[in-house]
Amino acid sequence: MRPVRSRRHKNARFLSLTATAAAAAVLAAGCSSSSSSATGSSSTGSGSKSPLVIGASLSLTGDFSADGQAYEKGYEFWADQVNAQGGILGRKVELKILNDNSSPTQVATNYQTLINADHVALTFGPFSSLLTAPAAAVAHRYGYAFVEGAGGATSVFAQKLNNVFDVSLPVANELDPFTTWIASLPASQRPTTAAYPMANDPFATPQVQRAQSILQPLGVKTVYSNIFPEEVADYKAPADDVAASKAQAVVLGSTDVPTVSSFMTAFEQQHYNPKIFIAAAGPDQGSAFTSAVGVKNADGMMVPDAWYPGSSNSLSKAMVQAYVAKYGGPASAINADIAEAYSVGEVVDQAVTHLGAVDNTKLISYLHSGVTFQTVQGPVRFNSLGENLVATAYIFQWQNGNFVQVLPAGDPGSVKILYPKPSWGS
Amino acid sequence: MAHQIYEAIVDGILGGGVYALMAAGLTLIFGVLDIINVAQGILVVVGGYLSYVLSVHLHIDLFLGLLITIPAMFVLGLVIHTTVIRPLRGAERTSMSLLACFAVAIILEGALYWIFGANNITLKASYVDASFKVAGFYISDIYVYCFILAVVLVAAIYGLLYRTTFGRGVRATMQDPIAARLIGIDVNRVAALTFGIGVAVTAAGGMAYGATSGGFNPNSGYDLISRLLAIVILGGLGSIGGALAAAVFMITVESLVDIWSPNWAIVVFYAALVIVLTVRPAGLFGRQAVRAQ
Repeated sequence: MRPVRSRRHKNARFLSLTATAAAAAVLAAGCSSSSSSATGSSSTGSGSKSPLVIGASLSLTGDFSADGQAYEKGYEFWADQVNAQGGILGRKVELKILNDNSSPTQVATNYQTLINADHVALTFGPFSSLLTAPAAAVAHRYGYAFVEGAGGATSVFAQKLNNVFDVSLPVANELDPFTTWIASLPASQRPTTAAYPMANDPFATPQVQRAQSILQPLGVKTVYSNIFPEEVADYKAPADDVAASKAQAVVLGSTDVPTVSSFMTAFEQQHYNPKIFIAAAGPDQGSAFTSAVGVKNADGMMVPDAWYPGSSNSLSKAMVQAYVAKYGGPASAINADIAEAYSVGEVVDQAVTHLGAVDNTKLISYLHSGVTFQTVQGPVRFNSLGENLVATAYIFQWQNGNFVQVLPAGDPGSVKILYPKPSWGS
Repeated sequence: MAHQIYEAIVDGILGGGVYALMAAGLTLIFGVLDIINVAQGILVVVGGYLSYVLSVHLHIDLFLGLLITIPAMFVLGLVIHTTVIRPLRGAERTSMSLLACFAVAIILEGALYWIFGANNITLKASYVDASFKVAGFYISDIYVYCFILAVVLVAAIYGLLYRTTFGRGVRATMQDPIAARLIGIDVNRVAALTFGIGVAVTAAGGMAYGATSGGFNPNSGYDLISRLLAIVILGGLGSIGGALAAAVFMITVESLVDIWSPNWAIVVFYAALVIVLTVRPAGLFGRQAVRAQ
């Protein structure tokens, strides 16, 4: 009897271990850390000389950590610049930044903490539309104005919260200059087929679907259109499927450099070179992009954005100059996230200075008043949903190692577009 | 369509090799220590960063660099075992090890962020972008090399387990640690060396991952660990060959479903796990069978 009992015991133990491992797999699939770090003090003071504490939650770790850390740098750089000029209303700006680990749950908790426990005077937005939506709802509950630069997805504005103000371009319109350019081409030069692979993300999907809805009636036949999950280690399978479609144009709904890099590598391995390759995000990441894909392979790659280091905007020129003086490096290495974060600070600074007081209710009313603010990204004016009505969309392209503005065609800052895209590595 | 199906099957088989490289250490460690090393994902990433440092700063080929990264990861494994795993005792050791390994993962992630920052990096070599044509479609060089490496490493671990005195000690420890101790086997030493070997193998997985993914950063381990756990559970916890078979099976299924719906491909990956465990709770090659070999 004993061996049988022993085996039963072992089997039971083994099955329980398997169950534990399975539970661990489920746990790991959804795991996130909730570590936080703060910069600046948590003092809130209300006296005229006390610091003005502004709270924000950023993705310093997790899926959006590259962008989140760039945003942190942008916010801190703006605060340094403002403080160098005496602060806002004579009060030094102090930032309190918590880490949300790219988690939509943690970001809501962080804003609860910033507002209820730390009693910050103002809040700035997190990175990504995915996190802005739940964060804005928390800020709305407590009557805080929520000025942000990376929550331009339709899903954010669909909440119809009166406290949300996105200083950047609404993402659904980002590819508009691209589709306008395709429409302007003679029929003989237009691509005849297009592929639309999209990451399952509120930033990536709406703009690609909008581009598809515009290009298809123009006679650009859709040969591939699929949404792929982001929670995978590589994108070879969908990339191979796009290559097999032999589409002349690829409009990729990407959210970061690895996604674009993975598609580019797979295309090169398949000896497939589309005439046009535009990605929603990734190629705008400067040296982070070129070091991942190689300078030669980057040639001809396009990306929409609202800002680039070579912008002729005088505020942008001043910011770029100050940034290079402070951190060194070439201007071309400055991430567009820095400018977005900086613009958030500029809008709040101008509004609070105009009001002469830090009052979130008055701030929300003033931001809705139709006034135009000036930022490094260009003018900002909000509609009732908090979208920036006057943001300008640009398309950028890598040409011989330089990141240049190519669309809108005829714009003073635009150079001639490289079309068709050169072969890989040529 | 037939062309795409053939291509998906080849992609799945070769991609399975990459995952087997990443999962082999996980299943080996579980087989001997009854520990579910949830730090395996971040250890893969550490292996990738080591290859990156050697490749970019010392210009050492990715595969040649394994001669350095494998011993380095072995030492890291010994350190983790000595400082974190070995002190765990008692009936709750397995569940406590989950927390301990998770702590290791967070510490390693923090260290990588501190050293390398959050920007994504990639491993580059001439053969990473290269491919050759067979029967009308292209096969990637790097995937072929990684698959061969996976087969070689799995065979080497088998040789170690079944053709050496150390391997006999390992298998005896797997079957019954108390009896193994009674016949003079230094169970602690076996456990430490096995953990070290499990982590060392992960160096190859990290290199393969870094060369085949579009890029990685210190956070990338979280995307990996759930898939790796699914693979080793499906293969049978403790079975090295099972990990290879399960990896090939699951990545092939995923590639095939991806033709029709990329969004459903990842669902099918885990659905396959549930279905197989319903029929065979111990996985394809359950550990009882492995121990009986």
